[in-house]
Amino acid sequence: MTEDTITIHVEDRDGKTHDIEAPTDMDFTVMEICKASDLPVKGTCGGMALCSTCQVYVLSDHALVEKSEDEEDMLDQAFFVEENSRLGCQIKLRPELDGLRVKLAPEPVL
Amino acid sequence: MIETDILIIGAGPTGIFAVFEAGLLKLRCHLVDSLPQPGGQLTEIYPKKPIYDIPGYPEVLAGDLVDSLMEQIKAFKPGFTLGERAESCERQEDGSFIVTTNKGTKHKAPVVAIAGGLGSFEPRKPPLSNILDYEDKGIDYMVKDPEKYRGKRIVIAGGGDSALDWTIYLADVADQVSMVHRRKKFRGALDSVEKVEQLADAQRVNLITEAEVKGLHGDGRLEAVTVEKKSGGGALQIDTDYFIPLFGLSPKLGPLADWGLEVEKGAIKVDTLDYSTNVPGIFAIGDINTYEGKLKLILCGFHEATLMAQSAYRIIHPDKKLSFKYTTVAGKPGT
Repeated sequence: MTEDTITIHVEDRDGKTHDIEAPTDMDFTVMEICKASDLPVKGTCGGMALCSTCQVYVLSDHALVEKSEDEEDMLDQAFFVEENSRLGCQIKLRPELDGLRVKLAPEPVL
Repeated sequence: MIETDILIIGAGPTGIFAVFEAGLLKLRCHLVDSLPQPGGQLTEIYPKKPIYDIPGYPEVLAGDLVDSLMEQIKAFKPGFTLGERAESCERQEDGSFIVTTNKGTKHKAPVVAIAGGLGSFEPRKPPLSNILDYEDKGIDYMVKDPEKYRGKRIVIAGGGDSALDWTIYLADVADQVSMVHRRKKFRGALDSVEKVEQLADAQRVNLITEAEVKGLHGDGRLEAVTVEKKSGGGALQIDTDYFIPLFGLSPKLGPLADWGLEVEKGAIKVDTLDYSTNVPGIFAIGDINTYEGKLKLILCGFHEATLMAQSAYRIIHPDKKLSFKYTTVAGKPGT
């Protein structure tokens, strides 16, 4: 593993955990790395915190950036929201997030 | 029956610009969109966001870009069917298509260009197992006619502007108004938030925060909802005539999926020669299409619309020769 790479663990909706190596020097977000790894994350709005298709539950105790107003607003309109809910598109992959553990939130079917 | 040359499904930036490119070829266009105003996601979701990758605009607000595009196509006098969702598309014997909306408006055109973006915007429905059973039987996802709720008991869920605004408005109309919101804080306009809090203090609105509607009950028609507080303490049952969840809109491919078009991962497959679909006469441009190397950019949508118009011309006027002219040569468009 190179210096600019971290590993994050993403639990999919079937309970399977995927260990994903991710670069930290490309401004990737959790949403983008999930999409690039063919996980079922839609990221409909492209990362503007304007849908909620990338909602994840943060399972590890990494210190993440505070939620912006935009992110709070969007989570207000989302479903299955828990205390540890975040939008994957708002979590940028940084070296200090090595070992981050998240779980994909259910996808609304209606 | 509305008749036109190119029927454009979706009035976002790509659909609007398609009118311009078609107009240069003297083709008439009519646009259909499920939203009540043109602009698609730019107007509906992010009108105040700056965009930086439109050629010639170092920075432009999404809403302003839509205004400029509308100005640019004005001379071509396109028709609009707004607030209606294109539902079905049937091919006629003469090769043309008839597209019917959910409100029954019929459109006839030899060419259909789908510029549907992410799909049509539909209200977000809370994931309650029996919610579909009560649709139009006590559950409304939008307030169309406030008078419907006069003297009734209603429960509104959501914490945004529309939830706040309707709570305030309906407090004067309905017999009993409850508002349920997931958080203590509201994200709506400050004065609406204050107004709702005042109404709650005056006991004219039953404000329940840090709570969610978790159950729907009723025999054939909605009669009650259960609300669960985050802090626990058991579920609270509220007898009600209506439940109005207001959680914004989200895009769905919707009925387009049944038009016989080749669809891959929620997008319509096209030939990059002219963005034609597998159905001759139907094109797909902008975010709704997919092909190898596809990028969902407004910029790319403009290009796709331009090439689509050329092929559309050949379908509409099979006997005429198409000569390409720069706008610098042809002069002011639409004159």
